[in-house]
Amino acid sequence: MTQVCLQQLNKVFRGKGLVHAVKDLNLEIASGRITALLGPSGCGKTTTLKMIAGLLQPSSGDITFDGKSVLRIPPEKRGASMVFQNYLLFPYMSVGENVAFGLRMRHEDKKVIRKKVAEMLELVRLPGFEDRRPKQLSGGQQQRVALARALVIGPEVLLLDEPISNLDAHLRDEMRELIVSIQRELGITTIFVTHDQEEAVVLADKIALMFDGVLHQFDEPNVFYQRPASVKIARFFGGVNFLKGRKRGTQVETCLGVMNVDPQPIADGPVVLTIRPENLKLGEEGENRVRAVVRSRVYCGTHARYKVEADGCHFELVTDAANMQCFQEGDLVPLRFPREKIWLLPPEE
Amino acid sequence: MVSVAKTQPEELSESMGAQERDASRSRWGRVFSYGVMVAIVVAVLLPLVPIFIWAFAGRWFYPDLLPEQLSLRAWQYVLSPASKALDAARVGGTIALVATVLSLVVGIPAGRALALYKFRGRQLVQFLILAPVIVPSLAVLMGIHIAFIRFGLAGTATGVTIAHLIGTTPYVVMVMSSVFSNYNPEFEEQARTLGAGPVRTFLHICFPMILPGVVVAGMFAFIISWGQYIVTLLISGGRVITVPLLLVNFASATDKPVTAALCLVFLIPSILIIIVTSKYLTGEEAALGGFGK
Repeated sequence: MTQVCLQQLNKVFRGKGLVHAVKDLNLEIASGRITALLGPSGCGKTTTLKMIAGLLQPSSGDITFDGKSVLRIPPEKRGASMVFQNYLLFPYMSVGENVAFGLRMRHEDKKVIRKKVAEMLELVRLPGFEDRRPKQLSGGQQQRVALARALVIGPEVLLLDEPISNLDAHLRDEMRELIVSIQRELGITTIFVTHDQEEAVVLADKIALMFDGVLHQFDEPNVFYQRPASVKIARFFGGVNFLKGRKRGTQVETCLGVMNVDPQPIADGPVVLTIRPENLKLGEEGENRVRAVVRSRVYCGTHARYKVEADGCHFELVTDAANMQCFQEGDLVPLRFPREKIWLLPPEE
Repeated sequence: MVSVAKTQPEELSESMGAQERDASRSRWGRVFSYGVMVAIVVAVLLPLVPIFIWAFAGRWFYPDLLPEQLSLRAWQYVLSPASKALDAARVGGTIALVATVLSLVVGIPAGRALALYKFRGRQLVQFLILAPVIVPSLAVLMGIHIAFIRFGLAGTATGVTIAHLIGTTPYVVMVMSSVFSNYNPEFEEQARTLGAGPVRTFLHICFPMILPGVVVAGMFAFIISWGQYIVTLLISGGRVITVPLLLVNFASATDKPVTAALCLVFLIPSILIIIVTSKYLTGEEAALGGFGK
């Protein structure tokens, strides 16, 4: 159980000009939990991961494990083992030798190594795979061997680079369950990097969202859906409905009229009103209702997706199959914004 | 949904078509590569046939196609101390071995740096390393010889070895930089996070992965040094005798059987090396992109 702390962490790369990959990053990563570093590619998340592993030296700032700075500890002694995105199984070693590598580097007894390797392969559900070659394994199996190899040395911190985004859809669920169950069993502090918000949401206890080397929001997954901190974050998490307005108390003036909202922690003045597609109500009368024209409808089995237009403003919404009233393209229907589902954001610069 | 249903059969037939094309391409490709292989083997081995016959020839007069009688006279002479052939092989072999090891010591890090790191002046370094391949060595040998006389290296095996490095190092650097350009240094990062220090990371991770390339580069270096004539002659002033020096001597002395036998001695390392390393050149993880698959 190790608490990982990043303090005012900076990384500047000298290449063609200076690239400020990570800027003033402060992050307190809870012991024994899974934390995601999320962001589009090139946002500095893998750089951050490699700095935690000790593979990159920060330009300034500090990294602490349980309050002790680890900057002067080389990667092989830091106790943070990493699983790379492309697994990196050593091709000239068998599966068993791959898993045993870290133990061999620690000069463990041969019998102990054999026993631990067998146990670990069982844990990742590959019992008896010791003598296979990495080439004979599928991508999912290679991934699990890489995970076993990282875990067998009993690291203080487990670092994962895009742990499931390389896998086929049907393997992702399996791998996610495996990672979560192993993590819960061993209680190891786990940090992973991903560009895929879905992967972050299903795996992580907490998500740190980064854009261009800057931390934008650090919260539990559901907060990113219900109370994102900015329009950019809302968009990254699949938000599509945005309406400019001006807030005054619990009312927001918009081009579609006045909307009533719950009290929210944002100052009066210009705001952006947002509501998730699954929360908009089509065909319902009541408070915060406007008239909209159905522009398109896609039936998806369990739900239907609509695109509607009201006074030149476009909205997308999802209705579930249970109470699915069927509307056709061109229908003029009421569109309701439930007040408790509206979230106000600061306007974009 | 509709679009998915539409694209699937197309993709399927496309991939099948691609497979068929691949199959026919590989069939003709195989015929072609076998043809080329046979041609190369014939071109390399055919000139050796008369040498082989000469080395065992006793009486052989025009216009006989084959010698009248066979004899081991040439071999008896070549293997006797009088011919100094074994001495020359020992001296030449030692020089070639040392030159190989030294050029690997320089060439492995240099090849790695050129392939993996971007630094200022990289292209200049690349050019300077390759320069000895482009510039005829004879042109610079005079200058080197004068410098070596001053340092007391002229006429010594050490001097000859150092001069051979000029020829061997560029090849080793070339081979190693091509090996390292297909090398993923993240394997080393992976090993570090698993608890291997820098030295053990090199020994357990980097070295096994580049080993085929090291073998090929070493083979190049050894054969280049083993076959050097003019460099050895000029730097040693005839005081360090290697096999090619001896061979030229005998070749000008018109004892054909002895010359032929010495030729075969001269070829032994090449043949041994090719046999030993053929595994690396044709194996699945071939050391050189162009040589393998």
